Amino acid sequence: MKPAAFKYIAAQSLEHALTLKAEYGDEAKFLAGGQSLVPAMNLRVAKPGVLVDLNPITGLGFVESRIKAGLGIGNWGLARDDNPQSLILGAMTRYRTLERSAEIAAQCPLLHETMPHVAHPQIRNRGTLGGNLAHADPASELPAVMLVLNAQFKAQSVRGERWIAACDFFTTIFTTALATDEMLTEIAIPLPTNSDASRTRTCFMEIARRRGDYAMMGVAVSITLNAAGVCTDAKLGYLNAGDTPVLATQAAQALIGQTISDAHIQTAAAIAHDEIQPPGNMHASVAFQRHLAGVLTRRAIKEILDFRF
Amino acid sequence: MKDLHTITTTVNGKTYTREAESRMLLSDFIRHELGLTGTHVGCEYGVCGACTILYDGHPTRSCLTLAVQANNHTIETVEGLTTDPNKLHPLQQSFQDAHGLQCGYCTPGILMTMKAFLAENPNPSETEVREALSGNLCRCTGYQHIVDAILRMKDEG
Ligand SMILES: Cc1cc2nc3c(=O)[nH]c(=O)nc-3n(C[C@H](O)[C@H](O)[C@H](O)COP(=O)(O)OP(=O)(O)OC[C@H]3O[C@@H](n4cnc5c(N)ncnc54)[C@H](O)[C@@H]3O)c2cc1C
Ligand code: FES
Ligand code: FES
Repeated sequence: MKPAAFKYIAAQSLEHALTLKAEYGDEAKFLAGGQSLVPAMNLRVAKPGVLVDLNPITGLGFVESRIKAGLGIGNWGLARDDNPQSLILGAMTRYRTLERSAEIAAQCPLLHETMPHVAHPQIRNRGTLGGNLAHADPASELPAVMLVLNAQFKAQSVRGERWIAACDFFTTIFTTALATDEMLTEIAIPLPTNSDASRTRTCFMEIARRRGDYAMMGVAVSITLNAAGVCTDAKLGYLNAGDTPVLATQAAQALIGQTISDAHIQTAAAIAHDEIQPPGNMHASVAFQRHLAGVLTRRAIKEILDFRF
Repeated sequence: MKDLHTITTTVNGKTYTREAESRMLLSDFIRHELGLTGTHVGCEYGVCGACTILYDGHPTRSCLTLAVQANNHTIETVEGLTTDPNKLHPLQQSFQDAHGLQCGYCTPGILMTMKAFLAENPNPSETEVREALSGNLCRCTGYQHIVDAILRMKDEG
């Protein structure tokens, strides 16, 4: 199967790419890693008239940690006032860079732990964080992880730029809050301050038939405890559990304010089991997906409390 | 109307300049335009791994890369593993010795994947080898002899 004919333009700069997208509108698509777009074109599911290749642009892929001022908007959670230190990732940062980054391993262990589960090594050599998030596949690991991390996404167009919270970004399956002329250019992840007064620990787990395949179910968990060991914040994010990545906020309420015991974990898992809306497919029925969500929720919370604090 | 591009690319150390349509996949460019048919094509949507080549040194699906994206980049295919027709590359030799292939359809993609993997991780565990193989399907061997062939490379340094 081969792609239908299209016009290919190698973008020379961010401005060039944005101008082309403003000019061609819906007819044009950005080409990032191509690991979702090109298969869709080969299968003729996607037939863009124009491809704007972002790969020739330098400077769109990077990992850096800096103070991100003026970002206290929306659901800024963990980092709100006391900690504007953020990890900033360029949209064209490839998975292979993310998975090998010592800075990410140290500062954002949740993302580090998730990367080896995203596709196969050859796909990770090309696939990009921005392409993944803009693709907005609810079965992907990274959108769910970004929800749990309270990430913010920078959208740029010829009209200017704006930041969108992860919780507002994924609108439905394969659909985001990006306008036709906008490009996702940066991802900002607020970093929790870990002190004696407040410590945050995370865990990612999924179950796939084969390593690297899309998972039947997966969960990203973040738990914050105060000095007395009481849970002050909890986030439970699920993939392949609805039209968007899903935060099980009711399940998290079973943990917040508690000195978490096995009974609280059981309750949270039971609520999450019912709260998510998995689609079911030939690999796993809806009931099996819910069952897996319950199992993974229990395992991940136990793993965090027993081994990560 | 054809969207034609001039492509200059270095494949296995040799520089080629060709014209190709933007819709031409790199896998087809390598096989049909350059005549290097060692790179195989199975699924054409990224799943099987048969078409894996090295793109600027990294294992990459040539069926998910456009030929125009090879312009000014460096490609390595299975034909580049050895220049002497009478002497196999050590990794190829190991596949022969360990019986790591049957029909051979998957082999070029696996060799290119493993060449880069072993360069980065010369002393892998069996688990690491199996994980590194996750993006290559083989319908014949059941993988055991492929894993053996790769682990043998450790012993030979
Ligand atoms: C065999 C195989 C297995 C896979 N397994 C998994 C898996 O287990 N988990 C998983 O998460 N993914 C998996 N993937 C998909 C992979 O992660 C993709 O790389 C990813 O979804 C898309 O990223 P990309 O950079 O390749 O984007 P592309 O394919 O280039 O683009 C995807 C879409 O996003 C748009 N886009 C790209 N960049 C931007 C931007 N900066 N701003 C706005 N729009 C943009 C494009 O126009 C296109 O519509 C798999 C893919 C394959 C082929
Ligand atoms: S032909 Fe490219 S992955 Fe199957
Ligand atoms: S040897 Fe036949 S597919 Fe692998």
